[in-house]
Amino acid sequence: MSEPVLARLRALLGDAGVAAGIDGTPRAMPESTEDVAEVMQLAHAEGWKVRVEGQATWLGPDAPAQLALSTRALNRVISVSPEDLVATAQAGAPLDVLRRHLGEAGMWLPIDPPGRPERTLGSVLATATAGPLRLGFGFIRDQVVGLTVVTGDGQVVSAGGRVVKNVAGYDLAKLEIGGFGGFGIITEVNLRLRAVPRADLTMVASGSRDDLSAAARDIHDAGIGCAALELVSPTLAAESEWMLAARVTGTDGAVEADARRIAAVAARDWTALSSEKSAALWALIARGPVGPPVTLRLGVLPEGVDEMLDAVTRDLDEGLISAGPAGGGLRWSGEIDAERLRTMRRMLAAREIPLTLERGPWELRRDVGHFGAYREGVGALVSKLREVFDPGQQLSVALEAETA
Amino acid sequence: MTLLPHGLGQRLAAIVGDRYTRLRPGELAVYGQDGLPAEPSPPGAVVLPGSREEVIAVVKLLHEAGVPWVARGAGTGLSGGAVASSDSVIIGLTRLTRILDLSVGSRRAVVEPGVVNARLSAYTIPHGLVYAPDPSSQTACTLGGNVAENAGGPHCLKYGVTTNHILALEVVLPDGSVVQLGSPSGDAWGPDLVGLFVGSEGMFGIATRITLRLVPVPEAVRTYLADFGSVRAASESVSAIVATGVIPAALEMMDQACVRAVEASIYAAGYPIDAAAVLIVELDGSREGVAADSDVVAPLLAAHGARQLRVADDPAERARLWQGRKKAFGAMGRIAPDLAVQDAVVPRSVLPDVLDRITVVGERHDLVVSNVFHAGDGNLHPNISFDRRDLRRTAQVHAALSEIMEACVAQGGSITGEHGVGADKRDYMPLVFNAASLDAMCRVRRVWDPLERANPGKVLPVNACREWRAGGVE
Repeated sequence: MSEPVLARLRALLGDAGVAAGIDGTPRAMPESTEDVAEVMQLAHAEGWKVRVEGQATWLGPDAPAQLALSTRALNRVISVSPEDLVATAQAGAPLDVLRRHLGEAGMWLPIDPPGRPERTLGSVLATATAGPLRLGFGFIRDQVVGLTVVTGDGQVVSAGGRVVKNVAGYDLAKLEIGGFGGFGIITEVNLRLRAVPRADLTMVASGSRDDLSAAARDIHDAGIGCAALELVSPTLAAESEWMLAARVTGTDGAVEADARRIAAVAARDWTALSSEKSAALWALIARGPVGPPVTLRLGVLPEGVDEMLDAVTRDLDEGLISAGPAGGGLRWSGEIDAERLRTMRRMLAAREIPLTLERGPWELRRDVGHFGAYREGVGALVSKLREVFDPGQQLSVALEAETA
Repeated sequence: MTLLPHGLGQRLAAIVGDRYTRLRPGELAVYGQDGLPAEPSPPGAVVLPGSREEVIAVVKLLHEAGVPWVARGAGTGLSGGAVASSDSVIIGLTRLTRILDLSVGSRRAVVEPGVVNARLSAYTIPHGLVYAPDPSSQTACTLGGNVAENAGGPHCLKYGVTTNHILALEVVLPDGSVVQLGSPSGDAWGPDLVGLFVGSEGMFGIATRITLRLVPVPEAVRTYLADFGSVRAASESVSAIVATGVIPAALEMMDQACVRAVEASIYAAGYPIDAAAVLIVELDGSREGVAADSDVVAPLLAAHGARQLRVADDPAERARLWQGRKKAFGAMGRIAPDLAVQDAVVPRSVLPDVLDRITVVGERHDLVVSNVFHAGDGNLHPNISFDRRDLRRTAQVHAALSEIMEACVAQGGSITGEHGVGADKRDYMPLVFNAASLDAMCRVRRVWDPLERANPGKVLPVNACREWRAGGVE
């Protein structure tokens, strides 16, 4: 990259807003949506490839690019409105910082995605990743009421709004959430909040995988509304056996009643955890996946979870696994190469189960894509949507359909 | 009689049969409106396919003939979204009424688009499951229409709107090709095109199969009805409830004008007519959970000045408390031939201020505005009864509605919470979106429908697409 161009970036962002990256890639650190737009207009005009970096705790900064756009300075929690149950934060805000701001206002964002505590909000949105709380509160798509993105050619596009119910215009936010950065750079997010629940109880049981899985389904079928009901592999739970962790939230009386019903429906040796211990457990489950190089997400229905646990432990390994026998979904983290991943995808496709590559080194992402092959007709839609939001293909992402 | 190509009617009839093809003016007039009071605009033809294969054949035929079309369910929409012009064909989906699959264990169902919302729940309730989004028109509106509009309803406060419940879709694109979007697990083989499709108001294609999520029928439900001396007091009690972390299944409010209209009608529910606001709070969950939540909620209502607190646990008594709310539109309908129902959203905390403002706007135009709203999420429905034949009054109504909308947007709100943009609110779109956002929507629409034949003229203002942008002019 030529010195005059770096000078132009510095003119846009100031000296502090431009730095040399570790691998020599210049790095822009814009502080606002408008800054991001100006950087991308420049990138578009110059034809640069750009990779977006957050805290680099989930996806490493390894996509090929002539410019790295870091969201480190795009990290403010702009507003928290407990009265309206809405908060606005910039995409680079680390989750732990956001949580602290919300907590001070008595508010709670019911998400527990995998990753380190400082993982950025934007990273969670881009991967649409969800932890055990997906059972009780849905996915991150269900917590976002609006967002702003900057397109690959530097246009500022907003979707949704700042109110919790809104059907004005097409729901472009859904395309951005889980778009792995291919449809623009998310810069600002409006979130739907809840009040911190008065009571929040986690209880755990350990034992054989199949027994615990059946227990989870019994609890679910009894209509007990758990916030989370997650089956965790011994390695991930740092225990000698599989663990079933049940979390219930609400008013004190309701939580006590749910805990009694859980124990009655699934007669196991339950241990109720103190709030410190439960926080530590959920943090452990979240952090586990970032150890090994690759994380996979299987969109499996509850009734298929046992079979997929068999398949994953047989074909990959029984390393770091968490799964939802009640609500579905399975996450595996470990080491896998492109060939084995393709084989796994073929096996799953035959069972109508999507396999998403949530995390992995660039070479793997490039070779197999986050999504692999698209279904008939869908690949064409995805390519054309990419053109709308990134007409010059500035954004370095792994969304090409795999045709192999 | 019609602006359609010669012989198109016969070719449509060849696909679906004469019995399901409407070509005569008298028959077409029925389709000239939806739930929005507006000048009738009869379509050029109506075709009622009886299967997904017939839908595909019809769309292919119209694609080849170059004829625009509008997909339509029960026609209960309130934004003029399901109305076509005389050069277009309405594809009515009310014959696609099969519930194709119900999986009790995984709480999922697969339905055709013409299934009526309430019928799905009636079918699943014996299995302990219910479809949560419940628009007021739920006994008539179709799930296909709900998907197109991203419909809401009173119980969406706790359970979410339509988009939170749709997992997968089979879609016939405007060129007649078919794509499968999403998966029953909610994950997809790609970006969330299901989420993008829901709420696209019939402009991306026709959903012919809908996989949706069901929730368990709650073990216990308790409904409170409280009346207050001021809207502000009622609103403050809502804030206090929400701040405890209890999420009621519904939090519905009616203002005095609305209560009086209800009580003067056959739907009279025994609401006190001197109340400035009536609030319905519904709690659901396990028996113990509802009891525990009640211990939190009931004292808060009293502390915020509820004058009278009625409570109901059994279905019949609860239905009585709900009757006035559910039939509010019907009650207001008896006052005058036409009823304009506005749909706007404001941050919940400014509801009382916005309602004051709405009163002022109404008085200035010499109109009575009654308000019924989803108080929990700030979604309000100001209603104005009028007679469309009185042109001067009609003009006043439109002016007032427009001023109300601007007031809501000025407070950080949205132009529609659940009714959609359709034809009615197209011109308000620039109030909430910048040119680049409207342009992006326009281009996204063309990804699905390059020739702009599906529901043309809706949602996007005429000049939304910045054709000149491609030339580099900015």
